[in-house]
Amino acid sequence: MARVVVDVMLKPEILDPQGQAVQRALPRLGYEGIADVRQGKRFELEVEGPVDDAALARIHEMAETFLANTVIENFTVRVDS
Amino acid sequence: MTARVGVVTFPGTLDDRDTQRAVRIAGLEPVPLWHRDKDLKQVDAVVLPGGFSYGDYLRAGAISRFSPVMETVIDQAKGGMPVLGICNGFQVLTESHLLPGAMLRNNHLHFICREQKLRVENANTAWTSDYEAGQEISIPLKNIDGRYVADEHTLDELEAEGRVAFRYLDGNPNGSLRDIAGITNEAGNVVGLMPHPEHAVEPLVGTGRTDGLGFFTSILRKLVNAS
Repeated sequence: MARVVVDVMLKPEILDPQGQAVQRALPRLGYEGIADVRQGKRFELEVEGPVDDAALARIHEMAETFLANTVIENFTVRVDS
Repeated sequence: MTARVGVVTFPGTLDDRDTQRAVRIAGLEPVPLWHRDKDLKQVDAVVLPGGFSYGDYLRAGAISRFSPVMETVIDQAKGGMPVLGICNGFQVLTESHLLPGAMLRNNHLHFICREQKLRVENANTAWTSDYEAGQEISIPLKNIDGRYVADEHTLDELEAEGRVAFRYLDGNPNGSLRDIAGITNEAGNVVGLMPHPEHAVEPLVGTGRTDGLGFFTSILRKLVNAS
């Protein structure tokens, strides 16, 4: 079975307080020099059958309508090799 | 005949019983609806109550939006049926695109539970006609995903068309843009807000105030006048 990865990230202009909280914790842990952190979601889809253009188009549609909320989030779809 | 108000229960809904009670206290007949019901049992209006439908696992309201009951609710809301979304119900309404924008994690990342002062900005919706524009009310607020966001263009449009229905007073509890606590659609039949009017309908319990009762008496007036 092939694996398709959908990465979902908040749009750059949307405040990400979770990413900020992580970024603020880093110096306390001794990790300096990280200017910004943004937190997203990664979906790993195990796909039955061939991952052809039609399958990818369906996954793109799934990501657009369900996995991501395109009002606030961007997403990318790629086949994991 | 008494007007019938459907109250939807999704897996994870918490405030369905309080909402049914508020509907009854206002003089309407509450009709429980299950998330797998496609049939709305001939109700005259629908309330999507608060809670954590489907555990908020993907995003708050995202999975519920595709439930069988919502297919019918979305369809009928577009046809003019009054729909009120409270808290998680508001999140379901934005995910359904019945209302613009989206709800995100509170800017301080904490769950917040307190009495919240609001200003009723629009008293011309199906759910707010028993209030007056500019009236200040106080009802409970309890959520972690209450930060309303939309792009600048949408926000300007909402303001220009008077579709910001409620604004937070005495401090913004979650970082909502332009202090928005609730909005309405263009027709005024669909309203969503984060604070909970159904928890402020009896003097003896909750905050001791009945500031939330106006939502349910407004819809009673609308439905009775229409029949």
